[in-house]
Amino acid sequence: MPQVKEKNQAIESLADDYRSKYGFHDPEEYFHKTPRRGVSHEVVEMISQMKNEPDWMRAFRHKALDTFFSKPMPKWGNSKVLGEIDFDNIFYYIKPTEFQGKTWEEVPDKIKNTFDRLGVPEAERKFLAGVSAQYESEVVYHSIHKELTDQGVIFLDMDSGLREYPEIVKKYFATIIPAADNKFSALNSAVWSGGSFIYIPPGVDVKIPLQAYFRINAQNMGQFERTLIIADKGSRVHYIEGCTAPMYSSDSLHSAVVELIGLEDSYIRYTTIQNWSNNVYNLVTKRATAHKNATVEWVDGNIGSKLTMKYPCINLVGEGAKGEILSVAFANTGQHQDAGAKVIHVAPNTSSRITSKSVSRAGGRASYRGLVKTYPSAKNCKINVECDALLMDGASRSDTYPTMEIDSDNVRVEHEASVSKVAEEQIFYLTSRGLSEDEARLLIINGFINPFVKELPMEYAIELNRLIELEMEGSVG
Amino acid sequence: MSTQPLLKINDLHVEVAGIEVVKGVSLELNRGEVHAIMGPNGSGKSSLANAIAGHPSYTITSGEVFVDGEDILEMDPTERSLAGIFLAFQYPMAVPGVTVTGFMRSAVKAHVKGDEQILRRFRKDLKAKFELLEMDPSFSTRYVNDGFSGGEKKRFEILQMAMLNPKVAILDETDSGLDIDALKVVSKGINKVQSEENTFLLVTHYQRILNYVKPDFVHVMMDGRIKQSGGPELAHKLEELGYDWLKSEVQAEA
Repeated sequence: MPQVKEKNQAIESLADDYRSKYGFHDPEEYFHKTPRRGVSHEVVEMISQMKNEPDWMRAFRHKALDTFFSKPMPKWGNSKVLGEIDFDNIFYYIKPTEFQGKTWEEVPDKIKNTFDRLGVPEAERKFLAGVSAQYESEVVYHSIHKELTDQGVIFLDMDSGLREYPEIVKKYFATIIPAADNKFSALNSAVWSGGSFIYIPPGVDVKIPLQAYFRINAQNMGQFERTLIIADKGSRVHYIEGCTAPMYSSDSLHSAVVELIGLEDSYIRYTTIQNWSNNVYNLVTKRATAHKNATVEWVDGNIGSKLTMKYPCINLVGEGAKGEILSVAFANTGQHQDAGAKVIHVAPNTSSRITSKSVSRAGGRASYRGLVKTYPSAKNCKINVECDALLMDGASRSDTYPTMEIDSDNVRVEHEASVSKVAEEQIFYLTSRGLSEDEARLLIINGFINPFVKELPMEYAIELNRLIELEMEGSVG
Repeated sequence: MSTQPLLKINDLHVEVAGIEVVKGVSLELNRGEVHAIMGPNGSGKSSLANAIAGHPSYTITSGEVFVDGEDILEMDPTERSLAGIFLAFQYPMAVPGVTVTGFMRSAVKAHVKGDEQILRRFRKDLKAKFELLEMDPSFSTRYVNDGFSGGEKKRFEILQMAMLNPKVAILDETDSGLDIDALKVVSKGINKVQSEENTFLLVTHYQRILNYVKPDFVHVMMDGRIKQSGGPELAHKLEELGYDWLKSEVQAEA
């Protein structure tokens, strides 16, 4: 039994690390919290009324809730763990503060301190053009550089976006991901709150990233942010999101919907560094449409959570459009990262590249689930898919479910998949040079995900390496 | 200065997958000495090298190994490295995504135990070693052994040895697969590191490298045992007669 004991100690020490750095929580003192757990038309009505929404949105929410109720749970991914979600035990809406702050001074101290500990204001000062900080269901702080607003850039929380730019929102909202797309997009459509609304006018190049930070604080919280980014003709934007939550013994649910629209000649990069505690179900729908000669890139880093099911998608609908999905998943004890990518080639001369890397350790499970489809209209397209899995030990698991549906002519497809076990031989090589076993493992992992890390702004690359180091702490040989 | 041997091996027995491959080897290597272990394939010489460095697939069933008087058999490979053992691998492992510089810095950092001065001149030292091994400086940003040719891997092993400056350097068939020019460069590196403060154990199949790195002692290993020991002339005799004349002796004994 000593092995089991060691393993438990390792898990506990992991939890300790997360607890002190990200897993802390504030007392739950809120401006408004739904009086009951669970979701119903009554809850949806209450959310919509509090937000004073137009009728079309209220109707959209109610209809989506019916869709949510009627749709069965997905039969794929991890249906066992999905089946454990207790929708009746979750709070669907918490408004932490009465007003949104435009300066950090306007944010209540407790919440501001939380974001201080997470390094958000510091990052803002150093290298961001705009910041949105969401706490539970609402964005509590928001700012954007004046130069950008002067150029017509809109960066708001989604609720303000709907209030201030109803016609743009109505035109694009749920056009890429309809409520009925899947059970969780339906749930999000019914109870969504917060998230970002971004519009970049034609030809504007937003040179420094915009960032949103999502924090769950309450126990049994459901966070359902909704993001819509529209890059108009010839514009460029890089948007970054980060997420964390406290450690609780009971579960929380994070179910976002993110829609990106890249109009002609535009460029959108969407970077995620997700670092959920392992009591969070992370079931997110992300999809983009790339028009003529537009480029969309998803850079998606998944650490933590109990179960993540997330497959960023790009529809290449305009001739010459490009899509790239670069993802990393790190599955630790008790975690299942079911992550992947989808690219749909509709227009001719489109190209896509998918690079997926996963690391499983200490019983963690990582799956790559991917779909690349070309329609007969998509002549002369180029597709490159590469999935690499790294298994740190015999207790961990990795699966690959790649699907290709090629229905057009003249398609060049390259597909590579590899699963490598960290060989004793490799560890021996590094330790024979004086590195400890832990250092050796960390070096091998960092090397493995290096193609991903290289794509991150330096500050995030450092943060990611630190997160992985945290995940590896207390590892037993 | 201590007069005890830098490496002392006493009646060492090693098993791989339950099969005994080293069957009682004893050796003493003193400061400043270069020893060569020669032998045909499968004689147990690489097993001996790997067992001393602590390879997990090689189980030491009995015997003793001391480095500078210190018993190393209870140590893990990391501790053995820090105690002064260096193994140049016959087949060095690739570590994709990890740069040569990053890897070397980690290794040097582990060895200097906080000596800031050595760390401060790390880049300069590394550059000097690249020159010594006639390697292009662009190697510093390449990934460890990833896509290296056979010769580049061997040069890089010797470069690592030169950076870490071990007390006991064990070179496992460093000469195999090298063309004559690469062999000369690698030998130059070895001779540069070799001093009165360290000792070398050259494991080799061929006599060729011994033309460039002069051994003080030559041992012939066959069937897990040291069959014969002598001076440099023994290597020449092997070159002339092959291993057969010793093989027949082994058989005669059996």
